[in-house]
Amino acid sequence: MRLPFAKFDPGQAGRVVPPTGFTANLTVLTAAAMAFLAVFALALCFATDRLATRWSDSLARSATVRISAPTEQMQSQTDAVLQVLSETPGIADYGVLNNDQMTGLLSPWFGPDLPIDTLPLPNLVEITETAVGFDSEGLRLRLAAEAPGAVLDDHSRWRRPLVAAASRLRLLGVVSLLLIGGAMAGMITLAAQAALAANTQVIRTLRLIGAQDRFVARAFVRRFTARGIWGACFGTGLAMLAVASLPAADTAGGFLTGLGFSGAGWIWPLLIPVTAGGVAWLATRLASARVLKGIR
Amino acid sequence: MSSQRKIRGDVVIELQNVAVGYGGTDLLSEMSLKLVPGSFHFLTGPSGAGKTSFLKLCYGELTPSAGHLSLFGQDVRMLGRDDIANIRQRVGVVHQDCQFLDHLSLEENIALPLAVTQRTVNRDELRELLGWVGLSAQAQALPPQLSGGERQRAALARAVMMSPEVIIADEPTGNLDWEMSLRLLSLLVELNRMGKTVVIATHDLNLIRQTKAQVSARVLRIAGRRLHLAGADL
Repeated sequence: MRLPFAKFDPGQAGRVVPPTGFTANLTVLTAAAMAFLAVFALALCFATDRLATRWSDSLARSATVRISAPTEQMQSQTDAVLQVLSETPGIADYGVLNNDQMTGLLSPWFGPDLPIDTLPLPNLVEITETAVGFDSEGLRLRLAAEAPGAVLDDHSRWRRPLVAAASRLRLLGVVSLLLIGGAMAGMITLAAQAALAANTQVIRTLRLIGAQDRFVARAFVRRFTARGIWGACFGTGLAMLAVASLPAADTAGGFLTGLGFSGAGWIWPLLIPVTAGGVAWLATRLASARVLKGIR
Repeated sequence: MSSQRKIRGDVVIELQNVAVGYGGTDLLSEMSLKLVPGSFHFLTGPSGAGKTSFLKLCYGELTPSAGHLSLFGQDVRMLGRDDIANIRQRVGVVHQDCQFLDHLSLEENIALPLAVTQRTVNRDELRELLGWVGLSAQAQALPPQLSGGERQRAALARAVMMSPEVIIADEPTGNLDWEMSLRLLSLLVELNRMGKTVVIATHDLNLIRQTKAQVSARVLRIAGRRLHLAGADL
């Protein structure tokens, strides 16, 4: 039979650190809890990014031409507008909204049985831009010349605040991730310091029998890095299961139900245990250096 | 156990007008002493006189506030932390409260000085050492499962694991009955006969008398913040 560290192996240095106890659980639990929150922060970050992109794209690439004209001129002005649109570069698609589409637009306010034929409603032409987009000022001038009753609405009035809101949401996601990442680092650092403080007697004993600082530091750093990684793996796994079990966005349609990852996005949470391990490594290294400084 | 490193020079620990203090007040002062290889010293004095502080000086846990202290020919003030660790591999220390790692077995604790210095444990030597201190049957026990006497003997075994030149024991028999104290002392005497320098702090004058019958021991006394060579009344 050989002693566990009969032949010295750096990996066995961690055996001198008590394997269990309050501080061990504290490190694992802290890493797990913070990793769990970090996964949700990451998911929030992705969700806000997707939402912001969707809002920006969909609003930026659509416009409407409203044609208000006497009944006898309505058709001729509509034809003129369609002619102008067909000649305007940067427009991918356009079309006059039919009665059903108009009913759909108005039904939230007037109900589904609106007699749309009897109302003096303007004609609406919906425009979808290409990726390059069109010159809205030029189009507006041409429409004014060729169809005086036509007004181009490129949504810029209410697109701007929405795009700003979307950008703020994106920023919110990043800030949340940074805050939780920072909190994770802080919590793991505190747990490592508490653990080191609780093991001062062990460190004192090791120094007494001739252990050099690097042996002591390595023993604690290895043990607490492993605990940090293990806890973060557990928390990350649990959070990924929780995120995966959320309803899909297209089922419930809300913003929060869009919280999650898709495709290669699922790789990102796997970086959290690695980050937690790095944080634990650094925190324990700094904490052990500080504790060792107080023990001769 | 029988192998021993050659000590360079003729003094292992030397103090010249050494003072040690806490918070600006000297606890001990004007201490001068040379410990030569193979010598046996007792250190006595009332509680709180500074015996433990003196011993801490001898293994580099305290640095003098004044005077000159050299351990194995090296000026303590010039030693870095790694140098101190190296010194402690040459000085075996037995504390009254025996500090062990409670999650490791007794034999792992005894072999710990080798593990922390990246040396291979010779299983036969370890078994021999356990037998020498009478703890073969407790090799796999955890430290909290041991009695006071067993812990003291285990601490002694750990202290000699690296075959140090100097053994320092701080009140090693403080918690032991007379019979166990004599047994532990006989182990220290045996080590001294092997050539180890032994320094024991104790209150127990009977123990000192008993030892002086077996080995040539000098008795140091700390009183009035000074270190004295005790008279022949002991």
